[in-house]
Amino acid sequence: MDSSRNTIWSAMQSKGYNRRDFLQFCTMAAVIAGIEQSALGSVVEAFEKVERPPIVWLHFQECTCCSESFIRASHPIVADILLDAVSLNYTETLQAASGFQAEKCLQDTIKKYPGKYILMVEGAIPTADGGVYCMIGGRTAEQILQECAKDAGTIIAWGSCASNGCVQAAKPNPTGATPVHKLVSQPVINVPGCPPIADVMAAVVTHLLVHGRAPELDSLGRPREFYGRRVHDTCYRRPNYDAGLFVESFDDENARKGYCLYKMGCRGPITYNACSVVKWNEGTSYPIQSGHGCIGCSEEGFWDNGPFYQHLRSFPGFGIESTADTVGATLGLVTLAGAGVHAAVTNIRKQKLIAEIHAEDAESNHQKES
Amino acid sequence: MSATSLPNANSAPAGYQRVYVWELPVRIFHWINALCIVVLCATGYIVGAPMRMFYAAEAYQQYWFGTVRFLHFLAAFTFTFNLAFRFYWGFVGNEYCRWTRFIPLKRWQQKEIVEVLKADVLQTKLHGPISTGHNSLAATIYIGLFAACAVQIVTGFALYSSMSLGLLPRAFTHVVALFGSEFPIRFLHHLMMWFFLLFIIVHVYLSFYHDYIEGRGTVSSIIGGWKFEKRKHD
Ligand code: HEM
Ligand code: SF4
Repeated sequence: MDSSRNTIWSAMQSKGYNRRDFLQFCTMAAVIAGIEQSALGSVVEAFEKVERPPIVWLHFQECTCCSESFIRASHPIVADILLDAVSLNYTETLQAASGFQAEKCLQDTIKKYPGKYILMVEGAIPTADGGVYCMIGGRTAEQILQECAKDAGTIIAWGSCASNGCVQAAKPNPTGATPVHKLVSQPVINVPGCPPIADVMAAVVTHLLVHGRAPELDSLGRPREFYGRRVHDTCYRRPNYDAGLFVESFDDENARKGYCLYKMGCRGPITYNACSVVKWNEGTSYPIQSGHGCIGCSEEGFWDNGPFYQHLRSFPGFGIESTADTVGATLGLVTLAGAGVHAAVTNIRKQKLIAEIHAEDAESNHQKES
Repeated sequence: MSATSLPNANSAPAGYQRVYVWELPVRIFHWINALCIVVLCATGYIVGAPMRMFYAAEAYQQYWFGTVRFLHFLAAFTFTFNLAFRFYWGFVGNEYCRWTRFIPLKRWQQKEIVEVLKADVLQTKLHGPISTGHNSLAATIYIGLFAACAVQIVTGFALYSSMSLGLLPRAFTHVVALFGSEFPIRFLHHLMMWFFLLFIIVHVYLSFYHDYIEGRGTVSSIIGGWKFEKRKHD
């Protein structure tokens, strides 16, 4: 165990990387963590001298798309080395150990490095019915989370499941799926997305390794650098939005011209993510570039705000086709009709009322005179 | 009629006296507010469901949707500050526009609500005079209107906070965190538009209706400020 607690540089040496590979890695890491070139020296120094933190990566109610995303970071050297060089002490999907061996590995890490290890959680934690819906080694997900979180140096919630519940937490949320930040008392770095962008994940880890602390977070606990702007703010179709040029159906001329997908239900205007900047699969594309609106996968409750092809959810209780506008317009017509009927009735009774009022006035004038 | 004296041809009809109900600031507030709400509903609706327009021109040749959004935000700021002013005026204005008039805590106000409800819905005749300012039913509904305005301002500025560096919108950033995401905020903001549209229909209709059944200048009062009150007989 202890032999793995050396620096990233020594770990790389033992894996057969040479100095050139190491410096290349340092440069990549610096670029990803947003460090200027002049400070490259400090990155190299950190990786040479600072002990690398052990990592515990837990998997609960999830589909492993976060892990899948992570291993596809643009610069393979970064993902490779991060996985190779940081000590990934425990992760169900990638570790060689199994059974008692694996569990012991987890216990050892927690006991030996309190306050030092990074806890990464992928997946939501079911809390309904005593947490029976996700159990590993005879213990519930919540028990494992609490045990690991207690002494963790840093906690990262990977993906929408761990950050806001995602599909497991969709109504009626039968398993009581709960995101990490609602269960632990320490601050959590939320990296939402279904999955999060590989390079964003790599950048968050790199930031932790280089700076030894969490990046700046917003009020929802997300790294500001990547979740500070909406997909809409950096979308290349934005000029079409401002010009009011919209795709009306997926097979029309406007779709071919690449107009804005707002009317096709694009949720870019309410989705905070870096898709339109960092993009996916080594910067190849992102949903909107491929012709489909953003579904807002990094936002809380995106499953409950469907259908995906209108930008506002359907009106609850009135079937999937009804929007707030259908309901509102119906109410508006009913109100107008009501006012119309009322006016008609008023008019029919008009003669009587006028006669009554005149009689009253005459009487009161009479009283005054006498 | 010929027997009644006309003390002054420019004054109230015989048996009535003129009452200055809506001061100029209240009337100005009312019309700015009305204009803002109409503009906000119209532009807001277009923001939610933009129509097909000007498809012959390319993106760099036009900006109409951006302009509609700009008008929405311009009206939004006017609406907000105008309302803030009215809030203040509810503490310093005349007795008819004070906040105490809006909240039906007193027995006579609650009785009047029932009375007016009967007159409006069942079209019964009003027995005796009702308040010269807002009648108690209207006043209570206006509390709801102010609450709806507050909801629009909070949700609107929450949506606006990410598009702005302004101190005021930025103050609403945490509303988004409170809701978890902008999905429910946007939905609520859109839904509330229909409250305003329904309100406009009912409000305009009832103003005309009360102008008719009360016969003392309800509609013209929001232009000139005067209403009429029956003289007390002694
Ligand atoms: C009577 C008051 C108001 C009404 C009826 C109204 C109505 C609307 C409607 C219907 C939408 C479209 C929502 C959608 O379908 O996505 C909208 C959007 C919006 N409104 Fe309002 N609104 C009002 C007041 C305000 C105020 C006070 C603000 C404050 C700044 C505001 C800011 C916004 C913003 C930022 C958007 C989103 C625009 C965008 O996506 O670019 N609104 N409004
Ligand atoms: S396609 Fe979506 S994100 Fe891009 S400009 Fe249109 S609405 Fe915004």
